Amino acid sequence: MNDTILVSTRKGLFWVGRKNGNWEIDQVDFLGDNVSLTLTDPRSGHHFVALDHGHFGVKMHRSTPTGWEAIAAPAYPPKPEGLEENDMWGRPLAWSTARIWALQAGGTDEPGVIWCGTLPGGLFRSTDHGDSWEMIRPLWDHPKRKQWMGGGADLPGIHSILVDPRNSKRVWIAVSTGGIWFTEDAGASWTQRGDGMRAEYVAPELTHDPIAQDVHCMAQCPAAPHRMWVQHHNGIFVSSDEGRTFNEITGVEPSTFGFPVVVHPRDPDTAWFVPEIKDEKRIPRDGRLVVTRTRDGGESFDILTKGLPQQHAYDVVYRHALTLDATGDRLAFGSTTGGLWVSEDQGDHWSNITCTLPPIYAVRFV
Amino acid sequence: MAKVVFTPNIQRHVVCPEAAAAGGSVREVLDNAFASNPQARPYVLDDQAVLRRHMTIFVDGRAIRDRTRLSDPVTENSTIYVFQALSGG
Repeated sequence: MNDTILVSTRKGLFWVGRKNGNWEIDQVDFLGDNVSLTLTDPRSGHHFVALDHGHFGVKMHRSTPTGWEAIAAPAYPPKPEGLEENDMWGRPLAWSTARIWALQAGGTDEPGVIWCGTLPGGLFRSTDHGDSWEMIRPLWDHPKRKQWMGGGADLPGIHSILVDPRNSKRVWIAVSTGGIWFTEDAGASWTQRGDGMRAEYVAPELTHDPIAQDVHCMAQCPAAPHRMWVQHHNGIFVSSDEGRTFNEITGVEPSTFGFPVVVHPRDPDTAWFVPEIKDEKRIPRDGRLVVTRTRDGGESFDILTKGLPQQHAYDVVYRHALTLDATGDRLAFGSTTGGLWVSEDQGDHWSNITCTLPPIYAVRFV
Repeated sequence: MAKVVFTPNIQRHVVCPEAAAAGGSVREVLDNAFASNPQARPYVLDDQAVLRRHMTIFVDGRAIRDRTRLSDPVTENSTIYVFQALSGG
């Protein structure tokens, strides 16, 4: 069981710990600063934190036995002189890290390797625990990368990175908006995946184009890596062939719109979602905050409500703000209105830890 | 040498003492100032060494015009203030 949760918020990093069966806020770091994401590297024990200082840019820190130390943030290479590249709005695209949106430890056979996904679409890899970063140029230079678009943000970004537990050179990423991309040579070459997904928000000719798919979050079952779950802008999709093809899950109440998805570490048929009214409203339906869970690969879903506010709740749960611990029993999620909930029984019952945190961007078990 | 003064707001994140640095342009002066304090550089300049969007620089009381190349001229007696803009953040 994981007894510590790291909560990344608009105004600081909160450590939440379990003592005598109760969860409490133990410590606050970077109070007042915009914390966008954390990673705890299970191999080294390092914690990494991504900060967005706004005026002063995106920064990274790494834990030490006595506190935090500043480390390099991923930086884009020099933009070639004379190169004109515009974003979807026609504005010049800055080759500069606008947000750190994904952090993922490499495989157990490659200690020190950390993957990092960013806005406006650069993927980075460190081989020295974050001391330095190298951009994965074959992906950035891929001609189709320029077709990526902004989704919720103005710029495209990589938010999901999955490292194959059987072979660390095999990596999947998901882009909002740019679909799913796969490498089997640690980033030297990339192919698009994700046939079968469907986009409602593009011209009909592009509906089934894999690059048009706005994947909000992608999760993989560690014990059955062929199974992948996607929370998409207009639905839930599941793959049983490593993301080559997806089937859409329909008819899920109260909604198939949302941002996060997590999958059980050993049971590929069990996954959790936090539904919202699509897409122009993005609030829980009828003011009832619920989590949905399938235990049969999407054939049916439980609507989990016990311990969650069931009237006038307008919490939005972002893509990194739902998490599952290594046992597959403990879940935690946080919301844009500062609510934090934990379940010890796969979501059947929830406990509210606090309702007064700053807007929550990410929740991670340590 | 020109005098470079950094906004107090930045000091919470990275130490940026007042500096004296040589150079005939904002770019040259900042390059020299950051040579002895490289950790401060990415707080002011982005990945392309362009002035961050919500930062602003004054040379002898005038906001610089060239935020990309930082070519605005600087004299030996100039004072450069590196501030954060009121926007953004």
